[in-house]
Formats: sequence, C-alpha cells, structure tokens
Amino acid sequence: MSGPSDFQPTNPALKWIERRLPIMGLMHSSFVAYPTPRNLNYWWTFGAILSMMLAVQIITGVILAMHYTPHADLAFKSVELIVRDVNYGWLLRNIHASGASMFFLAVYIHMFRGLYYGSYKEPREVLWILGVIIYLLMMATGFMGYVLPWGQMSFWGATVITNLFSAVPYFGESIVTLLWGGYSVGNPTLNRFFSLHYLLPFVIAGVVVLHVWALHVAGQNNPAGVEPKTAKDTVPFTPYATMKDMFGVSCFLLLFSWFIFYMPNYLGEADNYIPANPGVTPPHIVPEWYYLPFYAILRSIPNKLAGVIAMFGAILILAFLPWLDTARTRSSKYRPLAKQFFWIFVIVCILLGWLGAKPAEGVYVIAGRVLTFCYFAYFLIVLPLLSRIEKPRPVPNSIADDVLAKSGGKAAPMVSSLIALLFAGGLLLGSASDARAAGDAPAPPAQKWSFAGPTGKFDRGALQRGLKVYKEVCASCHSLSFVAFRNLAEAGGPGYSMAQAAAFASEYKVKDGPNDQGEMFERPGRPADYFPSPFPNEQAARVANGGAYPPDLSLINKARSYKRGFPLFVVDLFTQYQEQGPDYVAALLEGYEDKPPAGFKLPEGSYYNKYFPGHAIKMPKPLNDGQVAYDDGAPTTVAQYSKDVTTFLMWTAEPHMEARKQLGFQVFVFLIILTVLLYFTKKKVWANAH
Amino acid sequence: MTTASSAGHPTRRDFLYVATGAVAAVGAAATVWPLVSQMNPDASTVAAGAPIEVDLTPIAEGQDIKVFWRGKPIFVSHRTKKQIDEARKVSIASLPDPQTDEARVKAGHEQWLVVIGICTHLGCIPIAHEGQYDGFFCPCHGSQYDTSGRIRSGPAPTNLPVPPYQFVSDTKIQIG
Repeated sequence: MSGPSDFQPTNPALKWIERRLPIMGLMHSSFVAYPTPRNLNYWWTFGAILSMMLAVQIITGVILAMHYTPHADLAFKSVELIVRDVNYGWLLRNIHASGASMFFLAVYIHMFRGLYYGSYKEPREVLWILGVIIYLLMMATGFMGYVLPWGQMSFWGATVITNLFSAVPYFGESIVTLLWGGYSVGNPTLNRFFSLHYLLPFVIAGVVVLHVWALHVAGQNNPAGVEPKTAKDTVPFTPYATMKDMFGVSCFLLLFSWFIFYMPNYLGEADNYIPANPGVTPPHIVPEWYYLPFYAILRSIPNKLAGVIAMFGAILILAFLPWLDTARTRSSKYRPLAKQFFWIFVIVCILLGWLGAKPAEGVYVIAGRVLTFCYFAYFLIVLPLLSRIEKPRPVPNSIADDVLAKSGGKAAPMVSSLIALLFAGGLLLGSASDARAAGDAPAPPAQKWSFAGPTGKFDRGALQRGLKVYKEVCASCHSLSFVAFRNLAEAGGPGYSMAQAAAFASEYKVKDGPNDQGEMFERPGRPADYFPSPFPNEQAARVANGGAYPPDLSLINKARSYKRGFPLFVVDLFTQYQEQGPDYVAALLEGYEDKPPAGFKLPEGSYYNKYFPGHAIKMPKPLNDGQVAYDDGAPTTVAQYSKDVTTFLMWTAEPHMEARKQLGFQVFVFLIILTVLLYFTKKKVWANAH
Repeated sequence: MTTASSAGHPTRRDFLYVATGAVAAVGAAATVWPLVSQMNPDASTVAAGAPIEVDLTPIAEGQDIKVFWRGKPIFVSHRTKKQIDEARKVSIASLPDPQTDEARVKAGHEQWLVVIGICTHLGCIPIAHEGQYDGFFCPCHGSQYDTSGRIRSGPAPTNLPVPPYQFVSDTKIQIG
C-alpha cells in the first residue's frame, strides 16, 4: 500500500504469480519493509489490537451464527442452547460478548491517542475521518448485536434506540415503522438486525482496509509529531513494529481473558437473562457502557429532537476535528495548554459515561447539562481558541533527536497515566451496574459460596440436596425449562451417573406425540427430556398464583442482581465477586417476615419480604424447617435449604462454570508465558534500534 | 542492524526466538480446536440420538414401515417366505458386495429385515417393493436392492447398511 515494491520472490512458482498479481510485493512493502517511526510508544499498538479484535469478533460471530436462531420465539432459547449444549459454546459466546466491550475499550484508547498526538492533522484528515466512520459502524453493529439475545435489555434497548428516529420532523413515525417492519419491535426487527449485524462487520473490515491504506500513504504519526526525514528516523515494520504489536496484543489478551473466563457477566446486564417481554419495561434502561457518554448527552437536552441531534452531533463533530484544531504543532507533548485541556476532556467523557448510567433526575440532570456543554466546548471553543493563543514548546528537529533526548524519566508519566486510565476505565465499566434497580430493599448479605472465585467449584452435596428441594418445593410452581435430565449426569454437575439420571427422569411424566392415532400421550421421561413445566402456559400459571407469574428458575441466579455502588464495583473487578444473584436469591428465600413493619401497607394476597424490591411478594414463604428430608445428615433448616437450592440454581444457570474456570487457569498460564517470551523477544529485537 | 545469526552456532537469541515462536504456534493450534469442535453435534443432538424402540405387532407380512433414528430413515420389513427364499437362493459370489442374508438378519427372526434406508450411492431414499429384485429401487440413479437390501445393479457400491439393533422381545426391537 505504499507504492511499487522491489520485493522479488526467488521461488519460480511464486515468481510466476508475482508477475501477474504482485500481492507478495504489496504485503512485503506494507507489513515488512514499511518504514515505521522509531519513537512509537505502546499507545500505537492499539491499531494492531483493534485489527485482532475485529478478526476475533468476525470469527466467533460467524460461528455463533451457525447455532443461533433469529426468531422472536426462539432467539433467547437458541443462545442458551449455544451456551449449554454446543461444544465450547459458552467459550465462544463469552469471547463474542466480552469481545464487543474490549473492542470498544481499545477503540476509545486508539481515539484518545489520536486526539492527544494530533494524528488527525494534515496530511491525515482522511485517515481520521475513515476512523470516525469505522467508529459509527461499530456503534451500529454493537447495538444490533446486543439485540440478538432477545432478553429484556435487548428488546427495550432496541425500542429506545429505534425511537430516536421518531424525533425526525414529519417523517419520524414512518421511519421508525420502516426500521421495525411492524408496529412495534418484533420478529421482523430481530430478523433484519441479525442480517445487518452479520453484514456490517464486513463493511467495517472494508473501511479498515481503506484506513490502513490511508495510513500507509500518509505514514504513521508519532509521539513527537514530526515527520520522518531520514532513514535514521524509521525502522522496518517487521520485525520491529510486529514484535512490539504482538507483545501489546498479548498483554491485551490477558485483560480480555480476565473477562472471558472469570467475569463473563460483569460487563452485561442481569436483566438480559430475562426473556424479552413487550409488556414490561425494566425499571432502568441502560445501554452498554460504551454508549453511556452519548446516552447522557441525549438525556441532558430537554427537547426530544434537540437531544437526538446533540447525541449524533457529539459523534459527528469528531469528523470536523482537523479543521477545528488548526494549531501547527501536532503532539500535545509540546502544547502545554492543549495537554491540560485534553485530560480535562478525558475526565468529562468519563463523567458523562458515569452520568449515563444514573437515573435522569435531580442533580444528575444539571451535571449532565454542564458536562454536555464542556464536551462541545472542547471542540468548538477550546481547540479553535488554543490554535490562536497557545505558544507551543519547540519540537525536536527529527525523530532521531527525539529518541536520543529521551533517557529515563519518561516512563513515569506513562505509567501514571496508564494507571489513571485503567482506574477511569474501571469506573466507566462498572458504572453500568450502578443503575440497577435497588428499590428501597437492603443489600442482601454476601454469603460464602463454594463456587465463588477463580478456583470455585460446586459443592456436589449441595447440588444434590438443592435438586431435592427444587423437586419437592419449588417445582410445584416454577419451571426449569432449560435443564434436561441428562444434564444431571454431566461433568461439573450434581455428579449422578447416567443410569441415575435416567431413573430420575423416568419418575416424570412427559407429554409426547402425536402417536399413530394422532393423539398426544404421556410417557415416562427420558434423559434427553427437559424438566416439565408445572403449568401448560403463562395464563394458567397466573390464574393459579394470584395473578403473579412464577419465573422460570433456570437462569434466575444470573437474571437477578442488586446495586453494588462505588467503589465496590471497582473492587469486584479485581476480586471477581459476581455472586449478586445467588446472594439475592438466598436472601429472598430467608427474607420473609410474619409481620410487616409498622406503617407498611401490605396489599391483599401478598407477603412481606425484606429483600424483595417493594417488599410485597406474591409468593408465600416457600421453605420451613424440616420440610424436606435430607439423607446425608445436613441440617434441615430454612438457611440450609436456601443455600442448597441456590447453589443448585447457580449450576442450572451456568452448567459449565467449572469448565470455564479450569480452562481460564490454563489460558492464563499460557498467556503469561507467551507475554514474558514476547517481552524479551521484543527487547532483543529492539536492542540495536535504540 | 545485523540480525543474522551465525549459522551452525545457535545463540541465546536464536533460542529465545524459537521458543517464542513455538509457544505462539502451540497457542494458535489450541485456539483452533474449539473453533472446529463446535461443528460436531451438540449435546442435545447427541441426547436425541438415543436408542428407540419399535413395536413390530402392527406390521403384517409383506408390509414394511419407515421409522427415524438419528434423522435417518430405517426400513423395517416383514418379509414373506417367498422373499426370504429369494434372498437365500442367490449365489453369493455373484453379488457386487457379497454378504449372506443370514448375516443381515437376526437368527430366529429371519422374517424381519432392518436396514438404513439410504442409498449407498449418493444418499437418496430408495422405494420399497420396487425394482427387478422385489426389494428396493432408488429413483435417483437406478440402483436396485434385493429382499435382503443387498445391491444387485446400478451405481451404488455397497449393500444397504444394517443399523445396530436387537430384539427386546419377539415383537419389539430396539434400534441404536
């Protein structure tokens, strides 16, 4: 991509091809001989990291599409089947879901790097604009991908975001109907989002090619912001940049794996484990963390159309950056004022993200308006003004001078800014959890779970006892429809043999048919059957339960959570605490009180529960001491029952948890070895370049 | 800028490069494994492929039924005396895929022929009671099978395969 190459293969077959299609020459001049500034720092490795992330998302996405069903009635179930039944399906899904977050994390670092070092300035304007286009495409792709699991957040996210277009004057309603393919978000919407979610990544890949092409025409910017002048200023891309990039990628994979194997649901919303329900909106609609700053801008404008314009404007304004900032000095390193305003801008963005996850009320609205003003002021006032009044420090004569001048002392600001960014990133990532509904219920006490932590395993005894409690108590009202009897004999589960699972299944009557006479009939359950539901449909369940619908329990431990608050959610990131669901379920089972506190008016047919949001629950106290007989000597108390059945339900929510943690350990050992080796290899390669 | 190592004298640098490359290669290979493994049948498909039981009482002599096991049609034929004799009279050496009828049915249950009803040529489903041999005829490319499901003429290379099955009782078989 940087003109004709003098590369000539020696192999006659390759020579024959090369004369007709000079592809090897192209690759050689683009990725081997290509001169790269020798003073690039690690912020420049994010280009390689992003390329890798795009590849990872496309590969895992194509695979997931092999197993996914884009239908409103089947999508949620098909995602669960991927996670439960497909070989390594849980791994592929975790990679793809966390991968989206990691992709955005990397792209934000990449963008801030471009902003700091003035990488959008002449002659790189087109390169920068192509980047903005890629970012817009990523946002569209990420949004549509989030809709596909068809959980509550998927559905309501789709509803809210598509409704943005209803702000368009005159045509708004027609546009929204066109987007939906119906009168509301429904099956046609899901189908087209699936189609577009599959298409757009390839469009992104195409624009990335243009982006890289433009990069190779203009040449890379560098921390000094001066163009290479002599051969002393550059090193060949391979091995110098490739080794450095690979080391960067390897470090990034360590972070990525932390989420894939140990915190797969940290970046997601518990509500998305509840199947989409067009009749109930979750109390707090929150987009994925990477949209939060723009969501905050949208909400801070009191006018609908103006809010939508501001939100899109906040992204589009990036494309005009090359003409808003006309300062001749590129790198903020030599711009004392721009440097400070840059960091203020970073903080503004993070605070906007934090606000995006807060309810739009009271002081948050005012803060949102102030920060929205600051956001736009940075582009429209600060940068144009600085271009005129700022007196930059002298830039080095050449890149070689810059490298020579650098000795020690340089690492400290890098490290401290890295730490600041990590902390800020954690704040932003975690802020999403801040918006979860808490109501006025107290936080459930944190329990000690055998399955918690990086080496946690299920307690087999608890799983078997919990199954008994489910079967004898919960199963009279609650279904367990994602769990099959065969699962009871699978590795990492309650530890029954296949024969025991078959015997357990045969105690159930399962509806089958039609037979040769065309009639439905009942037969004993088989291992391949799923736990039968206690009610034939939702209406029957509601009639039998005073109007309330007892939720399916397969995923209940992942579908329930509670607010952790700052700074706990940042701490959780490191301690791998993710047992909000089990803590809540166990607390709920024990949280019944015979008499509501004075002043609390309990509605007819409800019961008082300390931990239930709103306290009035339709489910009567389900467990009493001595209710279920244990044959292994465990105490037959409500506390023990709750703990056992919650453990069992954690297993039903994630049957492959043990496999996940075990593979995670192996992957970490491998990645640490690889990273260390790459570090020394990179050091050796660069030894003669410094 | 000289990175070339002296040939024949491995250096510590060479060792480091080789080690890094080897570890990276192992990682790449290990990454491919789950990406390929996911293509295999998933756990629910495997569980649904469990053995099935077929009641033979409704099948009259000379009749046959088609049942599905693991998504494949299984022909269960109740053969007549004439059909059994036809199958046993033929000279084994003259068959394209030599096999005795006795080897294709269960002793004591000679009247029952159980075969996977998929033409061994290219996977079409043959039609029962058609063709010159009173057995099966594949409409796609004209393969003809006899009353024992053995290939007699046409492009199919081998006999219709016999699935794993056993008699649970005189009137019930378990396939799988």
